[in-house]
Amino acid sequence: MQRSNVDITNLQIGFGGLKVLENLNLHVDASEFLVLLGPSGCGKSTLLNAIAGLIDVKGGEIRIGDRDVTWAEPKDRGIAMVFQSYALYPRMSVRKNLSFGLKVARTPQDEIDSRVGEAAKMLRLTELLDRRPSELSGGQRQRVAIGRALVRHAGVYLFDEPLSNLDAQLRAELRVEIKRLHARLGATMIYVTHDQIEALTLADRIAVMQGGVIQQLDTPKKIYREPANRFVASFVGSPAMNFIRGRIARDGGLAFIAGDARFDLNGYAFRTPPSDAPAVLGIRPEHIEVIGSDHPSAVPARVEMVEPMGADALIWCRLADGTAFSFRSDADAQARAGDTLALRFPAEAFSLFDDQSGQRL
Amino acid sequence: MRLSLTSRLSVISALLPALMVMLVVYIGATSWTAWMSLTNSRMLPNNNFVGFRQYELLLTNDRWLTSVHNVIIYGVLFVSLALLIGFLLAVAIDQRVRAEDTIRSIYLYPYAMSFVVTGLVWQWLLNPTLGIQHVLRSWGFAGATFDWIVRPETAIYCLVIAGVWQASGLVMAIMLAGLRGVDDEIWKAARVDGLPKWRVYISIVIPMMGASFATAAVLLSTAVVRLYDLSVSMTNGGPGIASEVPAKFVMDHLFERANIGLATAAATTMLITVIAVVAPYLYWRARKGEVR
Ligand SMILES: Nc1ncnc2c1ncn2[C@@H]1O[C@H](COP(=O)(O)OP(=O)(O)O)[C@@H](O)[C@H]1O
Ligand SMILES: [Mg+2]
Repeated sequence: MQRSNVDITNLQIGFGGLKVLENLNLHVDASEFLVLLGPSGCGKSTLLNAIAGLIDVKGGEIRIGDRDVTWAEPKDRGIAMVFQSYALYPRMSVRKNLSFGLKVARTPQDEIDSRVGEAAKMLRLTELLDRRPSELSGGQRQRVAIGRALVRHAGVYLFDEPLSNLDAQLRAELRVEIKRLHARLGATMIYVTHDQIEALTLADRIAVMQGGVIQQLDTPKKIYREPANRFVASFVGSPAMNFIRGRIARDGGLAFIAGDARFDLNGYAFRTPPSDAPAVLGIRPEHIEVIGSDHPSAVPARVEMVEPMGADALIWCRLADGTAFSFRSDADAQARAGDTLALRFPAEAFSLFDDQSGQRL
Repeated sequence: MRLSLTSRLSVISALLPALMVMLVVYIGATSWTAWMSLTNSRMLPNNNFVGFRQYELLLTNDRWLTSVHNVIIYGVLFVSLALLIGFLLAVAIDQRVRAEDTIRSIYLYPYAMSFVVTGLVWQWLLNPTLGIQHVLRSWGFAGATFDWIVRPETAIYCLVIAGVWQASGLVMAIMLAGLRGVDDEIWKAARVDGLPKWRVYISIVIPMMGASFATAAVLLSTAVVRLYDLSVSMTNGGPGIASEVPAKFVMDHLFERANIGLATAAATTMLITVIAVVAPYLYWRARKGEVR
């Protein structure tokens, strides 16, 4: 099986007067699992359809496996695609769904049989081969759709929100199955989703998109730990990152000041040299801890609500200046609404953003 | 749902007129027709029971046999051609053409005309001394001949042409709705699979449009059974009796030829034929649990 890399340079796409993608660049390595993550309407499907050749581009170049395919038909690009609505051929059996494309392409029958058999085995479809799509559950239908992509032995597999129509449990199961498939085939996969959990669990690298622009392209870990701007920070992670408005002060040791609260910035890796300026401090709920009130860097906060979440609890608090935030604590924490806690905000876990541009500092 | 006595009474009284119409007009008139066909009524109804005498006469009546023969030819050709042309028109429009709304209205326009008008228009068009043949000859095609309407063996096909022209627009509208119901992603999947467009229509889209084809076929079939005005206005059954149809046979014998017995026997025969065709179909649909 060939594994193709994908190179997109200066891609421009618009519908009528509406510019959806402008000068977009993206490189995907062979065998990589790349996830395009973003809110709906940000142009993920548009980008994926352009790679597949299903929409015309206004400008730029798309190369798959080092071949310029900008104007090639979808079938000649060495790609296969899985759709959100499954898009199975409804009146054909599962077997026919898998084999029809190969048959029309005049693939020899024994080759068709062996590819269909192999894909069916990999996706546990062997028992279902003679059923119609209407006789299958949602999860089974999506496995058939994946099977129809696999038999093409493509260099790149494209997935457009393949799990969005499934319920939570099936989604988790199929997610694992897709990850296993990638490990087993080592194929290049580009996967579109608006679900950040899916992105974090599946991806080798994530491209976070907003408004047709890739905001950050990095490993899941980096995206989670060091978001490049406020959009990425707020879009990735659940429960969401806390944001505290304030300013950076350099008098008497580097610190972030929000009202009366003072957060020590010793240990924060600035990208640009810090200056006294308004900024936004981001910190994820799991990084805030309760400490003794006599600790020098303790910040006091009043508990407003405790939200038990099974394994742990989310505790909602307010700083003295009224800023609301939440943090994770173990499930049998003693905190009650109305209590005042002393909390530690570790500088290593901060993400500081420019107040104006929202870029990471 | 449980209703109080008064509200139940008001429901019943609201439905009563419709129920009465149903009982009197449909069941009553149908039974009366069936009974008349067993009498020897001529101009006025009477109750002289003659058994199946009228049916025996019917089966030896040349005009009736021609009518049945004609309606079969018309039915098969009209339904299949209207389905085919209507589907092709819908496919043409589905290619995202410009001015789609205008084109759709133009196609639908013939359906807004009554059969009488349609018949008259096509009678002129097909008339050798006035219509298409005349125009072709005046353009210099001296040998051009299009005189189907005045030849007994071909007159019925003229009814088919007019009927198809009138009904194709409606079929197109039904088919277009069906085509628009095909998920865009299926088309994309087919493109990725490398299927040519015609192949997608034949192997994937048409099999998905069973409901549209059934709806259109049922509508067209009822038009076949009712076929009357077109024959009257285009050919008046002629030349001779060459384009007679069963409904016209019934009407003529009821009102012009004063033969109520024979007319009602013909009408009853038509009813039984329709039931014989429709009942198994309805049964099959009910078995499939698809009755909507
Ligand atoms: N066929 C189309 N015609 C016009 N606008 C479109 C079309 N497809 C997508 N768009 C617009 O392009 C933008 C991006 O759409 P899309 O790529 O589908 O977003 P996503 O997949 O991220 O939800 C949206 O604003 C959408 O309205
Ligand atoms: Mg989308």
